[in-house]
Amino acid sequence: MPAIKSDLYEHPFRIIYDFLKIDAMLFMALVILSLSGLMVLYSASGGDIDLVQRQCIRLLIGFVGLLVFAQIPVEQFRKWSFWLYLLGVVLLLLVLAVGDMSKGAQRWLDLGFIRFQPSELMKICLPMMVAWYFSGMSLPPSLKSITIAFVIVLFPVILIIRQPDLGTAILVTGTGLFVIFLAGISYRLIAVLMGLTMAAAPVFWNYLLHDYQRVRILTLLDPERDPLGAGYHIIQSKIAIGSGGVYGRGWFDGTQSHLDFVPERSTDFIFSVFSEEFGFIGASMLILLYLIIIVRGLIIAANAQSSYARLLGGAISLSFFSYVFVNIGMVSGLLPVVGVPLPLISYGGTSMVTLLAMFGVLMSIHSHKKLLGH
Amino acid sequence: MRRVALNNTKKESTLFRARALVISIVVTVVFLLLLFRLYDLQITHNVHYQTLSNDNRVRVEAIPPMRGLIYDHGEVLLADNKPNYRLDITPSSVNDMDALLEALSDIISIQAHELRRFKKELRRKQSFQKIPLVYNLSDQEVAKFAVVQYYFPGVQISASSMRYYPQGKHFAHVMGYVGRINESDLSRLDRRDYAGTSYIGKLGLERKYESVLHGEVGYHHVEINAQGRPLRVLKTQAPIKGVDLQLSLLKSLQTQAQTLLEGKKGAIVAMDPNNGDILAFASQPTYNPNLFVNGIGQKAYSQLRDNPAQPLFNRALVGQYPPGSTVKPLVAMAALEHQIMSPEQTMYAGPHFRLPGNTRKYRDWKKQGHGVVDMSKAIAQSCDVYFYKVGHEMGIDNMYQFLSRFGLGQLTGIDTVGEIDGLLPSRTWKVNTKGQPWYPGETVITSIGQGYMLATPLQLAMMTSHLATQGQTYQPRMVRATRTVGEEGWQPVAPVPMAAVEVGDTRHWQVITQAMQDVIHAPHGTARAIAKGIAYNMAGKTGTAQVFSIAQDAEYDEETVPENLRDHSLFVAFAPVENPQIALAVIVENGGGGSITAAPIARQLIDSYLLREKYLASH
Repeated sequence: MPAIKSDLYEHPFRIIYDFLKIDAMLFMALVILSLSGLMVLYSASGGDIDLVQRQCIRLLIGFVGLLVFAQIPVEQFRKWSFWLYLLGVVLLLLVLAVGDMSKGAQRWLDLGFIRFQPSELMKICLPMMVAWYFSGMSLPPSLKSITIAFVIVLFPVILIIRQPDLGTAILVTGTGLFVIFLAGISYRLIAVLMGLTMAAAPVFWNYLLHDYQRVRILTLLDPERDPLGAGYHIIQSKIAIGSGGVYGRGWFDGTQSHLDFVPERSTDFIFSVFSEEFGFIGASMLILLYLIIIVRGLIIAANAQSSYARLLGGAISLSFFSYVFVNIGMVSGLLPVVGVPLPLISYGGTSMVTLLAMFGVLMSIHSHKKLLGH
Repeated sequence: MRRVALNNTKKESTLFRARALVISIVVTVVFLLLLFRLYDLQITHNVHYQTLSNDNRVRVEAIPPMRGLIYDHGEVLLADNKPNYRLDITPSSVNDMDALLEALSDIISIQAHELRRFKKELRRKQSFQKIPLVYNLSDQEVAKFAVVQYYFPGVQISASSMRYYPQGKHFAHVMGYVGRINESDLSRLDRRDYAGTSYIGKLGLERKYESVLHGEVGYHHVEINAQGRPLRVLKTQAPIKGVDLQLSLLKSLQTQAQTLLEGKKGAIVAMDPNNGDILAFASQPTYNPNLFVNGIGQKAYSQLRDNPAQPLFNRALVGQYPPGSTVKPLVAMAALEHQIMSPEQTMYAGPHFRLPGNTRKYRDWKKQGHGVVDMSKAIAQSCDVYFYKVGHEMGIDNMYQFLSRFGLGQLTGIDTVGEIDGLLPSRTWKVNTKGQPWYPGETVITSIGQGYMLATPLQLAMMTSHLATQGQTYQPRMVRATRTVGEEGWQPVAPVPMAAVEVGDTRHWQVITQAMQDVIHAPHGTARAIAKGIAYNMAGKTGTAQVFSIAQDAEYDEETVPENLRDHSLFVAFAPVENPQIALAVIVENGGGGSITAAPIARQLIDSYLLREKYLASH
């Protein structure tokens, strides 16, 4: 695939981007996305300027984190991979042992000065670990290596399922599987594995899912079966999106959001607010912006020199994709409600800072290349 | 070799590019799928959803439940809900806001911080939403406004309910208080249940019993127009009032305990050893909990916070003090248990004790020493040298093991929040926290309750309760009964027995109790002064805790030591000895000797409690 030369690259600011070790196109797209996020958040919060300010501060912290990570050579990340993964697993075990219960699930770890979800950390540690594992061999990997890679992926995932946090477990599995796919697992093996998964689905449904998780899936298939309970969120969200039409109802004019019909409108369901107020045109532009970021990330990965950098870069771009897909799929009624925020738009701290740090790693992959002279 | 590696790299790079291309196509297809879904919702079915959106006219409004009331044992109200009048303004009905605020300030008093908050909300909320200007209007202000209401369109007064503590400061450290819900509260509660609630328990019983006191939220289903204005109520689901609590505390005893400590710093915990009922739980100085309900002003708060006497500090629950000589009965019992001493065995107790081969003097509080003493005398006269020797022979391990059976160094499990566990030192503790071995001299001072050992007044009351019941007491508790809406009368809460204290020979209990009785009733007892005119038998132990360590050869002279370094005065007691009804611990900070300050307070409280019982029995 030929590298796309961006016009931005010829820009006089190029010297600045080189100095900061960032990719101009990706960086600009992230900034535009964050600014659109602030704009819709201002409306979704009912004009709460304090909330927007708090979000601004988190964004600034996130972007500073991105710049810091961009300065670290990718070789360093490779060296840390194993230890970070080990740390992540230990923290997950700790959560199961001593974690805080909140709303029936045990996800938080309280370290006294900070409370956080170790499963969030796993979103980055896991692809790093799998990429590190594959970087030590010639690719495509053998069947044995693939089996070991699956063990690496499934061990933390089982711990996350035990919390129980099915949504995050699926997303974390995704990040690991993306690396295995990019490493070159054969298509035939993929077909076999998919077949096996299909066959195992009924067992999963009957024995591994919690009642509330089953309700969410059933509700998705037929929201009307519980219009005032679990289905209410999906119905109201679809009304918000659908009533937006081609051009939308205008900024601050969405009645579904402003009259409190859309649930969690500053966080998980912010896309409904966006679609109600900016319509099909606005929503398409937003999706296009996400697509640009993902494809640009994949291109950066493809141009990297080491297999570790390629695999990790690809996994970062694709996990970003999976968040976007799961969130928009959820609010538009294509996927069950799993509580995943819309990346860089939803109000909230941990996931935003993690995401921008991941993009910092991508920037580092982009800028730290050895001069091989080819 | 290098060529092969490069070839390999090139192959891998090509493989990756192929995979990346495939996945890019997948990503694009998935995004097209999302776009198709949006197209379907927003363009194909736009009219359908637009209609649904326009018909979306029912808003659910929460009705807060009434908070449960709290009574003392005799049905005196300790936490009440009183009507609270609030002044709201609907901005869309006001032409000139500045002029309105100006005119309103002539009728009612508007604080500067209220005005600031109002203006902030004015910018944030939509103009048809009511914004509170003043919470807590006085009756007078309500009456004054009602007369001129006609001239103020868009201004309304609404009534809600607000927590009020009629007993004020006397129960502050027991009840805690409720306050406005803040961000950190929101993270630990279910927003749905608190949709209409403005207050939440922040401290004490109000916090501990939040889940039962709160009640269940109710709902109005309100029809609204497209601008969000309410038109009419369609359906109402009434809220359910929270559960009422009956405390084991007695208002009279608690008030007396607080009053006896007035002007001092200290704490009193009194309990019924037969069921764990806390009868009084006093801590001085104290504060007025009503100040916190609607948010205490910055100035008033810093006054409380910066007061050196620390009125916000709950001494009875979280004050940690060296227990001093009050642990001597336990150490004596440990000596019996480990056969270091028999009750009758005597020893000569001089003015000081020395460890073998060491010149350091461990001095007795009595300059000339106590002479020949047996165990009973040693306890009654609080002979330090006797216990130095006994403790040294017993060793720290035996002492730690025995004292911990009485709950020292452990949480009592009382039904309130924030309890702490004091400190019962051991070899392991010292290695873990200080990284040092245990020294024999430390055993010596631990045997008179000095050194590292720390206990809360609550723990000392529990220890006394164990002694009163011969090791068969109950977990301390403040709530003895609950009353749920729709149920008849009070439902008692069953007392929870503590693990029984096992001793080798049950006769040891009597030996110690007799010695503790001598503390008060024998002519040589340290607390003999309070025995005057006593109508029952009391067992007790005085204690004097050193705050300030004096040099080897210096003398402690009350006159020359600054007040905040003077000894703490302690006294623990239970009565009547034959059938204990009350066990208590009294601590007065910097109060001097235990017999001087703490013991007389204990006598007065036990008198009122037992005489009250007598009074009830005779009627």
